[in-house]
Amino acid sequence: MSNAAAIRPGRPALPEWVRRLPEYLMIWVPLLLSAAHLVSFSLWTIWISFTPSTLIPVSGWVGLRNYSAVAASRNWQIAFDNLLLFGSAFVLLSLVTGLALAILLDQRIRGENVLRSVFLYPLAVSFVVTGTVWSWLLNPGLGIQKLVHDLGWTSFKFDWLIDRDMAIWTIVIAAIWQSSGFAMALFLAGLRSVDTDIIKAAQIDGAGPIRIYRRIILPSLWPITITVVVIQLQFAISTFDLVRALTNGGPGIATQLPALVVYDLMFQRSLLGRGAAAAVLMLLILLAVLLPYAAWRYVQRRRAAHA
Amino acid sequence: MRERTFAPSRILIYLIVLLIAAAWLAPLAVVVLNSLRSNEEIAQGSMIGWPQHWAWSNYVAAWSGFCVAETCAGIRPYMLNSALVTIPATIFSTLLGAVAGYAVSLWRFRGDTWIYGIVTLGLFLPQQMRLLPWTIVLRDIGLINTLAGLVLIHTIQGLSFTTLFCRNYYVAIPHELIRAARIDGAGFFRIFWRIILPLSPPILIVTVIWQFTHIWNEFLYGVTFTSGQQQPVTAALIALSAAVADIPQHGVQSAAVIIAALPTLLIYLLGGKYFVRGLTAGAVK
Amino acid sequence: MAALSIRTLSKRYANLEVLKGVDLDIESGEFTVLVGPSGCGKSTLLNIVAGLDHPSAGTVEIGGRVVNDVPPKDRDIAMVFQSYALYPSMTVRQNITFGMECRHVPKAEQDAAVANVAKLLQIEALLGRKPSQLSGGQRQRVAMGRALVRDPLLFLFDEPLSNLDAKLRVEMRMEIKRLHQRIGATIIYVTHDQIEAMTMATRIAVMHRGVVQQFADPDTVYRYPANLFVARFMGSPPMNTMPARLEADAGGPVVVIGAGRPDEVRLRLQGYDAAAPYLGREVVFGIRPECIAEGNRVFSGDAPIVVHAPVEMVEPTGAETIVLLRLGGESALARITPDIRPPPGTAAPFALDTRRICLFDPETERLIA
Repeated sequence: MSNAAAIRPGRPALPEWVRRLPEYLMIWVPLLLSAAHLVSFSLWTIWISFTPSTLIPVSGWVGLRNYSAVAASRNWQIAFDNLLLFGSAFVLLSLVTGLALAILLDQRIRGENVLRSVFLYPLAVSFVVTGTVWSWLLNPGLGIQKLVHDLGWTSFKFDWLIDRDMAIWTIVIAAIWQSSGFAMALFLAGLRSVDTDIIKAAQIDGAGPIRIYRRIILPSLWPITITVVVIQLQFAISTFDLVRALTNGGPGIATQLPALVVYDLMFQRSLLGRGAAAAVLMLLILLAVLLPYAAWRYVQRRRAAHA
Repeated sequence: MRERTFAPSRILIYLIVLLIAAAWLAPLAVVVLNSLRSNEEIAQGSMIGWPQHWAWSNYVAAWSGFCVAETCAGIRPYMLNSALVTIPATIFSTLLGAVAGYAVSLWRFRGDTWIYGIVTLGLFLPQQMRLLPWTIVLRDIGLINTLAGLVLIHTIQGLSFTTLFCRNYYVAIPHELIRAARIDGAGFFRIFWRIILPLSPPILIVTVIWQFTHIWNEFLYGVTFTSGQQQPVTAALIALSAAVADIPQHGVQSAAVIIAALPTLLIYLLGGKYFVRGLTAGAVK
Repeated sequence: MAALSIRTLSKRYANLEVLKGVDLDIESGEFTVLVGPSGCGKSTLLNIVAGLDHPSAGTVEIGGRVVNDVPPKDRDIAMVFQSYALYPSMTVRQNITFGMECRHVPKAEQDAAVANVAKLLQIEALLGRKPSQLSGGQRQRVAMGRALVRDPLLFLFDEPLSNLDAKLRVEMRMEIKRLHQRIGATIIYVTHDQIEAMTMATRIAVMHRGVVQQFADPDTVYRYPANLFVARFMGSPPMNTMPARLEADAGGPVVVIGAGRPDEVRLRLQGYDAAAPYLGREVVFGIRPECIAEGNRVFSGDAPIVVHAPVEMVEPTGAETIVLLRLGGESALARITPDIRPPPGTAAPFALDTRRICLFDPETERLIA
C-alpha cells in the first residue's frame, strides 16, 4: 500500500481550543451550575443564619442568636423530639417489615413478581397522595374506626389522628406503608446475591434451611442493612410533604417536624435568619447520620482494596 | 433443592404474604371505590365501602368541575402544570446528566473527580438549605411563580441524580472503545452520539422514570415557588383538601387523588423493572 | 525513512516512572514486536505513540514529523485493541467505515475501501452483522479490517491475540504475519507472549521496568540475549542460568559449575575470546534447554561433551521429553527426544552443545560472550 499522503493535516482553520469550545461548554456549564449552586446556596443559607434577617435578607452579625432562639422554641423542641421518635420507630419498623417481606418472597413462592409489585407500588405515589389517603383511613369519623362502628362494635377506638400523644404514629404507619417496599427490594437483592456454592456447601455440611438463613444468609446482609438505615433516616429527617398532607403538623403542633418548622419560619413568619438556622440544624442532624456512614464506607473500601 | 410441596408451613407463608399484600392494596382499593361513590353515600357511612351507585360523575367533576381557591376548573389545569414542569425538566436533566456522566466517566478531564464529587453532594443536601437562595434567584431572573422557574430548579437539582446514574453505567464501558473512536477521528460529540447513546437506552429509561416520578411527586418547591393557577398538582391537592374542609366532597377528592397519582402509577406498571433498578441504583451511591 | 523515531521518551505517573528514556528507531515495512512482562511499560509506550497518552519528556516522530502535539486522528496511525473495541451498536460495515465517516470520505470511496478490505480478510459475509453476532476470531478480523482500511503509515497492535483460545491464536498469528508480508505495512505489535514475538517479528524490543533491554532481530535476541533478563524471558522453557567460575586451562577457558563439589562439571569453551578478562572470576553460565540432549545426540562440530547428571523429574510432552536434572548441583532443564525417559533418581548421560553457551557478568548481568 502506498503512503503518498504521508501527512494528512486536519482542517487548519481554527485553533484547537476554539474548535473544542462547544465540547468544553457542554461539559462544564451543567456541572459547574450544579456544583456552584450547591456550594453557594449552602454557604449563603449558613451566612443568613448568622444575620438578623427577617422579612428580607440583611447583612449583620448576630452570632448564634438565631440558633438559640430556634433551639429554645417549643415548636423546634417538639419537632426534634418527634424526629427522634418518628425516625427510630419508622426506620426500625420499615427495616423489620422489609426484611420479613424479603425473606417471605425468597421462599420460591408463586406470583413473586406480582407480590413484589404490590409492596413497591406506594413508592411510585407522591407523599401528598399517601398522606391524603391515610388521613381519610385514619380519620375516626370517616375511616377504620367509623367502619368498625358501623359494623356494630361501637366501643372500638382508633383515633390516633386526633390524639396528641399518638398522632405521630399515624405518620409512622403511612411512612412504613410507603417505603417498606424499598427496604424489601434491597434486602431481596442481597438475599439473592449470596453465593449459591456457599449454600450448597452448607447443605452438604448438613445445615437445614433455618440454620442456613441464620448463620450464612442473614449475616451477609448487614452492609445492606446499614445502607437501608441511612437512606431511611435521610428520608425521615427531611419528611415534609407526608406530614403536610396527613396531619399538617397537628393536632396543634403535636406532629411538628424540623422541615415544617423551617418552612413555617421562612415563609409563614418571615423570620429568614431563624429559618436558615433551623435549616442548618437540619443539615447538622443529617451530617450526624451521613458522616459516620461515609467513614464506614471509606473503611470498607480500604479493606476491600487491601484484601 | 427445596421441594415445592404444600406442607403446612408453606400454607402459612402464603397466608401471611397474601394478608400483607391485601393490607398494602387496601388504601388504593379504598380510594378507587370511593372515587366511584357519591359524596352523600360516603357521608352516610364510612370512607370504606362498596359503591351502591357507580358515580362516574366524580371523575368529571374532579377533572374539570370543582373549585379550588375561587377557580372552578377542576384538577385539569394543575395536571397540565405538572406535565409542563415534569416533562421538560425530565428531558433536560436526563440529557445533560447523560453528557456529564459520559464526560466524567469516559472522557476524563482536569478536575473531573472534584466536580463530580461536589455534584453528587446534591443527593444529600436537604432542600431546606436551598429554599431561600432559590427564592432570590427566581425573583431576580423573573421566574418566581412560573412553571419555567420550576423547570429550572428541577433540571439543575436533578443533575446530581442523572449524572450519578449515567456515570455509574458508563464506567462499565471499556475505555478502549473511546480510544478506538478517537483514533478513528471522532470527537466528544460524535463519540457520544454514535457510540455512547446507542448503548444507553437501559440507563436512560431508568433515569427518565426516576426523574419523572420524583418531579411529578415533588411538593415543597411547588408550594413554595408557585401559587394559585401556577401550582403543580401535588400542591393543588393540598389546597383542595383545605378548600373543601367545610363541606367534604370525598368522592370527588378521591377521584382527584386517583387522577393525580395515575401518571406515575402507570409508569410504574409499564416500567417496573427499570423503576426498581433506579431505586437500587440510587441506594448504592 | 524511519517510520517511527522515539527519542529519550519517559513517562511518569505521580511517583511511578513507567518509561525511563526509551529510544527506538523503526524502519518502514518492519514488524516490530514490543515484548515484556506486564507492567514493563510496553502498553504505555504504544499509547503514547498513538497519542492516547502524553509523554512526560522526549519526542515521538512518525514519518519524519514530530507528533507530540498532534491528536491521535491526525497521526496517520491505526490501532487494533486487545478487546477489539468494536463499536457494539454498529454493523461490521459501519465499524469499518466509521473512521472514513469522521474524515468525510465520499460514500463511493468508502464502499470501495470496505470491499477491498473485506475481500482481503474474507469477511464479506459478515458486513451486515453486529459485533455481538461474531465469534472471537471474526471480531479479531473485523478489528484488523478497521485498521487496514485507514491505510496508515503505522499499525499499532495492542495484545490483539490474548483474548483468543490457543488454537485460534496460532491461526491468527500466521494470518497477521502473512498480511504483513503481503501489504508490507509497518507494524508495532505489543505482546507479553514471547512466542508471538519470536514467530512474527522482524525485530523484537524486549522491555523491562520501563527500559528497552534489547532491540534486535529474533535470532539475535534468542542466541545472544543482551542480559540475564532477556535470557530468562525469551524461550520456553527459558534459558538455564546458574553461577559458575571461569578458569584458565592449558587448552583455553573452562567453565566450572559447582566448583569443588564431587559432581562438579567442567566445560571447555572454544571461540569465547571476549570472556578473556573474566578468567579466574565468577560468571553466570547460561545454556538453552535444547542444548542439553540425550547422551548419544551429536551436535554438529567437534566431539560432543557428555556429562552424567542425576535426573530429578521427567515431563513427556509428546514431541519431546523435558528433563529436570542437576548440573554440578544446580537445576537445569533439558529437551531430549521423546522416546527416552530416564528414570528419576538415577544418573543419565547428557550431551551438551557448548558452542551455544552464554556467559553473563554477575554484577551487571550483561552478556559477556
